[in-house]
Amino acid sequence: MTTHESTIAVAEVAEVVVDEQEPARRGRSRRRRTEGPNRWYLYIPLVIGLAVTILPFAWMVSGAFKTQSEILSGQFSLLPNDATLQNFRDLFTKFPFARYFTNSVVVAVAIVLGNLLFCSMLAYALTKLDFWGRKVLFGLVMTMLMVPTVVTFIPLFVLVTKLGLVNTYGALILPFLATPLGVFIMRQFISEIPDSLIEAARIDGASEMRIFFTIVIPLSGPALATLAILQFLASWNEFLWPLVAAQTEDMYTLPVGIALISAGSNTVNYGLLLAGATVIVTPILLLFLFLQRYFIQGISTTGLK
Amino acid sequence: METPTRNPAAAAGAAAATRTKRPAWRRRQALIAWAFALPFSALFLVFMIGPLVASLLLSVTDMTARDMRDPLAVAFVGVDNFVTLFQDDKFQAAILNTIYFVGVGVPLTIVVSLLIAMALNNGIRRFRAVFRVGFYTPVVTSIVAIAVVWKYILEPDGLLNQALSGIGISGPDWLHDTHFAMPSLIFMAMWRNMGTLMIIFLAGLQGVPTEVYEAAKVDGASAFQRFYGLTLPLMRPTILLGVVLISVYYFQFFEEAFVMTGGGPLDSTLSITYFTYNQFGYGNYGLASAASYVLALTIGLVTLLQFRFLRSKG
Repeated sequence: MTTHESTIAVAEVAEVVVDEQEPARRGRSRRRRTEGPNRWYLYIPLVIGLAVTILPFAWMVSGAFKTQSEILSGQFSLLPNDATLQNFRDLFTKFPFARYFTNSVVVAVAIVLGNLLFCSMLAYALTKLDFWGRKVLFGLVMTMLMVPTVVTFIPLFVLVTKLGLVNTYGALILPFLATPLGVFIMRQFISEIPDSLIEAARIDGASEMRIFFTIVIPLSGPALATLAILQFLASWNEFLWPLVAAQTEDMYTLPVGIALISAGSNTVNYGLLLAGATVIVTPILLLFLFLQRYFIQGISTTGLK
Repeated sequence: METPTRNPAAAAGAAAATRTKRPAWRRRQALIAWAFALPFSALFLVFMIGPLVASLLLSVTDMTARDMRDPLAVAFVGVDNFVTLFQDDKFQAAILNTIYFVGVGVPLTIVVSLLIAMALNNGIRRFRAVFRVGFYTPVVTSIVAIAVVWKYILEPDGLLNQALSGIGISGPDWLHDTHFAMPSLIFMAMWRNMGTLMIIFLAGLQGVPTEVYEAAKVDGASAFQRFYGLTLPLMRPTILLGVVLISVYYFQFFEEAFVMTGGGPLDSTLSITYFTYNQFGYGNYGLASAASYVLALTIGLVTLLQFRFLRSKG
């Protein structure tokens, strides 16, 4: 009950934030660029802060191309003295890193597709159709937004084991196929599609299925994009559940793979680990740089990671 | 004789027909609506609500990994698991460590993100987008992957200590010193999460009309007065949202410790989630579920208190 109440309140605040943000963006952003104070001294802490923020990435990439002897030598230069691909070669030959990569992609894509379909279907029912149990269902879904993963993973493991799914893609995908966050995003968006548009289609004799696929889905592009990105990100970075559900190397996802390589060896081979981190982080960074508008919109419209 | 008795019957029949006509249409729509809701609801019920309830049930049983063959045959033990937990030194340590992480990490992350957001919103004119993207970048990265990098930086002879020795300070073994391991993890968590809050705060700040500030300036309000008298009250709902989100997240910390410290040294970075994971690993499913419920209830309670406290003021 406590979490339910607070979730609704979070939703309210999030809506306030969105409401306030929209007109401000349109009305002021262009004017702001030229107006307002320019306090040059603020650049000093900001640039230092930015350097500290970005440095670990630079250090990761540079370390990934360094030889083991250079890493152990205690000399620190951002550019490798003797750049090598050996770490990456080891990663893909001594460990099934390509397999981890494939697993991560398969799981993330399946989860994205499932959420796009199921969350928008439920959101359509919640916003544009009237049915018994609607409020209860919505309340339940919103409550689950706040429940930590750690609370469900043990029964989930028992369930998945009983279903004979442990160590399969099913185990990695099914628990994340329908997530409350997706309903939250899609509901916000679909509720703003005018009822009159849908009524008009109904009067013309279109079935709800047809309305959903030919009117609602095509109009929901931005929300679907945001949802797809957030879910891909969440799945790509998910750790606790795949750590439990994947039990043999051929089912590991990337984070599980690197964590167990890191924990498994007595002497830490940083070159190898940094190469692994680079392989995990780079695709997401590229995605982020090209699609940052959607990432940042996702955060500010939902307020969730 | 027949007509008078028939008439009311017919009238009643007609009335019933008009009455059932709408419900029939409604029932049809409800059926379609449930068809739309079904795929999500079924998955949601089986993989979320079900486990949530099952976890509560497990927490009052003595289930272990050995009961997997017949999970229904376990014994009811009442609140024994909770009693065991609170008498367990490790769990006590886990609670204190989690409070430490949240108690220091949340205010720190909030303050730093708010300062960045304010500087970007109304302090500088150029390169705003560069800073925004830069500060946000850590948010999109895998904690596990990036923890590997931080571990490398924080090694006794790593980048940080090399830099410190350059200015004459000999840094500690950050991750193997009971005093410094937790602050290191908190710093890393702040580094990774400040971008989220920065974006939320920027959105909030853009809703504050600049005219208000200009008026306050004309009236001679100092920068501090403007912050305390205008920004803070106007930003209250946004800050509340930020505090709640980041607290819920920090309460669950696990991955940083899993990769960087393994919960050590001497359990100084063992969190409640980490404790739960360990107990699960030992096969103590009942006890682990009880621990996870302690965490969930704590999160619920703290969130509620945050709402009461931050809403009532101002």
